[in-house]
Amino acid sequence: MNILKSGSQPVRIEQDVVMARQVARKLSVEAGLRLIDQTKLVTAASELARNTVVYGRGGDMDWEIVEDERRKGLRLTFRDQGPGIADMKLAMTDGWTSGSGLGLGLTGAKRLVDDFSVESAPGEGTRVMICKWT
Amino acid sequence: MERIPILQMGDFLLVTIQVDMHDELALTLQDDLSERISKTSARGVLIDISALDMVDSFIGRMIGTISGLSRIMDAATVLVGMQPAVAITLVELGLTLPGVITALNVERGMKLLRDRVQSE
Repeated sequence: MNILKSGSQPVRIEQDVVMARQVARKLSVEAGLRLIDQTKLVTAASELARNTVVYGRGGDMDWEIVEDERRKGLRLTFRDQGPGIADMKLAMTDGWTSGSGLGLGLTGAKRLVDDFSVESAPGEGTRVMICKWT
Repeated sequence: MERIPILQMGDFLLVTIQVDMHDELALTLQDDLSERISKTSARGVLIDISALDMVDSFIGRMIGTISGLSRIMDAATVLVGMQPAVAITLVELGLTLPGVITALNVERGMKLLRDRVQSE
């Protein structure tokens, strides 16, 4: 897989969530995603960026426009140095939240993208990668 | 402070969301609307989201809350203009907005509200 272009975007405060989804929109257009897939990726990015700010105490969104033999994609990685996720199984349950949200952020984001991975350990922060392909 | 304008049209309140809302702005709108419903004794609220290219769980929750609190305050809320890509994404996200009345556009939404008030 080739990385055609990459960069990073701070996700520290609430307003950065809006910036993150605007950047995600611009890049998903550039990667050639169709409208419905752009919307899904941008929505997933919004959920994850909010998690980074609210639960991860701020972090960054790394982005890469990637390509393999057949298609292009946009890959986003949200990383923070927050408290991490103690119980991954619970965190990946629909409707469960440690805060005051709906508990759809992580699980909903997973449903909206093609590739999803999450790495986290208590005290070591969280890293969530999502990718949508053309 | 940044605010989303709420217009009054007779018995109804009209909100057109045209900016990409950050979370605090969404919460402010929720508070402003409940206050305006109480102050104006409005019978209905029409929320036009045709300019929104994305609705995530936070905005979705705000819409649900507005709909619920307006019902408690004896006003109906109609959500109009949701783009098809937004609708598909919302459902896949797991948010079906139970209890929220929707209409395809402002015209149909206004008709729904007027019919409701007249039938009472």
